[in-house]
Amino acid sequence: MSDSPTDKNRREFLSTSVRYLLLTAVAAESWDYLVAGTPEAAPSYHAVKHWWAMAIDIEECIGCGNCVRACKTENNVPLDPWFFRTWVERYHVKNGEHPDVDSPNGGYDGFPEIYPADDGAKSFFVPKLCNHCAHSPCVQVCPVGATFESPDGVVLVDTSYCLGCRYCVQACPYGCRFINPKTMTVDKCSLCYHRITKGLTTACCETCPTGARMLGDLKNPKDPIHAFLRDHKIQVLKPQMATGSKAYYNGLDGSVR
Amino acid sequence: MSEEGKGPFRNTQHLLRMAGIFAVGILMFVVARAVLVPEGFGKYGHYRAPAIDDNAAKPLSFAGRAACAECHADVVEARAASKHARIGCEACHGALSKHAADPTKAKATKPVAATLCPVCHELNVARPKTIKQVNSAEHSGGEGCDSCHAPHAPEL
Ligand code: HEC
Ligand code: HEC
Ligand code: HEC
Ligand code: HEC
Repeated sequence: MSDSPTDKNRREFLSTSVRYLLLTAVAAESWDYLVAGTPEAAPSYHAVKHWWAMAIDIEECIGCGNCVRACKTENNVPLDPWFFRTWVERYHVKNGEHPDVDSPNGGYDGFPEIYPADDGAKSFFVPKLCNHCAHSPCVQVCPVGATFESPDGVVLVDTSYCLGCRYCVQACPYGCRFINPKTMTVDKCSLCYHRITKGLTTACCETCPTGARMLGDLKNPKDPIHAFLRDHKIQVLKPQMATGSKAYYNGLDGSVR
Repeated sequence: MSEEGKGPFRNTQHLLRMAGIFAVGILMFVVARAVLVPEGFGKYGHYRAPAIDDNAAKPLSFAGRAACAECHADVVEARAASKHARIGCEACHGALSKHAADPTKAKATKPVAATLCPVCHELNVARPKTIKQVNSAEHSGGEGCDSCHAPHAPEL
């Protein structure tokens, strides 16, 4: 019945609700703009236009340790032989045996020869660093949001917000995090974020003599990393962990963990 | 005046009291949130957006090879045809951003070839064959590498 009071109320109720709903939506949307204010002062660098990754060519790595030394200098990493943002491992694999792996001082002082030249083993260097995962386990466990994947694909730490609870140190499947003894907050490779946002390459890539490490911007179609990824057989570390790792290795042996 | 029978509500007092408590609670929440949640938190995700700028603001130690080329064009030219051309200057010279900013204040030192070259060229079974390797002691006969090789263009 069209003229019953309930009917009229319902129609009124519905139209008022719709009006208020729309108003709230508009208000919420404009509130976001009001709160956001002016964009940050980063004139020429637009984070959303980049998606950083690292390509590593094991067949080119000569184990000189330049990257380890450069990283410690650039990022003020303590010199003790157990704090590293990047380090190099030496693998020595004899047929049917477990690999012998060593990393004296992370490769900081190079690799003194310890193996005979003709023992039939295969031997190679594996540089390691934060894999800058797109789905980082370390980010997921942080209770306060002090570590995060930036809009340009770099896993960063907010040292002023970190509690030092060490959850992320445990969560990283690649062992890339440590507690900095000076700040007592977590420390890790930042992909030299202060360099790459200024158009420079990372300290490790800058000093790598052979191009075994290549910083790449996957959102830049002209970046040589695309050719590298296409022309080589690429693998990431621990693909079964589904971390979305962005450290792409060429020549990665099955013995590498 | 009786509280009952007026309008759809009864015991308005209780309701008002409840509303008051709710209003105070919400106010406390809003104030606490404004005080405790840092600026920019949640703008891009569950983190402080200004932390991105904090990370980008750290100082540099390595200037990059493009910076060296501005003043040392002669060295760049000397290296151009060499197999060392692709190696960054600071791979051998170390971090020199202070020197690049002001060469009179922060002097660069010359690396010592005898200890520098073996870092990359010493024989090692784990090294790929793409890098030429020597047994320094045998190869150089105790001399510094730069008495025969020019560091910037070492081919003989
Ligand atoms: C602003 C110009 C400038 C830039 C940039 C610059 N240099 Fe220099 N460099 C100089 C000058 C001038 C001298 C000579 C200083 C002197 O002899 O007192 C010098 C000296 C040197 C020396 C020592 C030469 C000697 O005889 O002892 C080295 C090594 C060197 N530079 C390397 C570098 C490297 C590597 C870079 C890049 C990181 C670089 N320079 C960037 C101007 C520059
Ligand atoms: C393979 C290692 C290596 C690389 C790469 C390298 N240098 Fe050198 N450079 C040396 C060594 C070793 C010396 C010292 C030579 C000596 O004692 O006379 C030197 C000396 C110099 C000097 C002193 C003047 C001279 O010519 O002897 C300058 C300036 C210099 N380098 C600049 C550069 C610049 C600029 C670059 C990058 C374009 C560069 N170097 C790359 C190893 C290197
Ligand atoms: C940071 C690592 C590094 C250092 C230090 C270094 N080299 Fe090299 N050198 C290389 C690399 C890498 C190549 C090969 C480049 C290529 O083949 O593209 C090379 C090539 C050479 C070659 C040419 C070999 C050939 O293929 O014919 C000679 C000779 C040489 N270096 C001598 C020296 C001498 C002498 C020094 C010390 C002044 C020195 N190198 C220091 C990395 C280094
Ligand atoms: C007495 C002079 C002399 C000294 C000192 C010397 N070299 Fe050489 N080096 C040579 C000559 C000559 C060749 C070319 C030999 C050849 O092509 O087989 C050579 C070739 C090389 C090569 C290329 C090897 C190859 O297989 O093509 C490397 C790398 C090298 N030297 C590194 C060094 C290093 C590192 C030092 C210092 C520890 C050094 N040299 C000191 C004379 C010297």
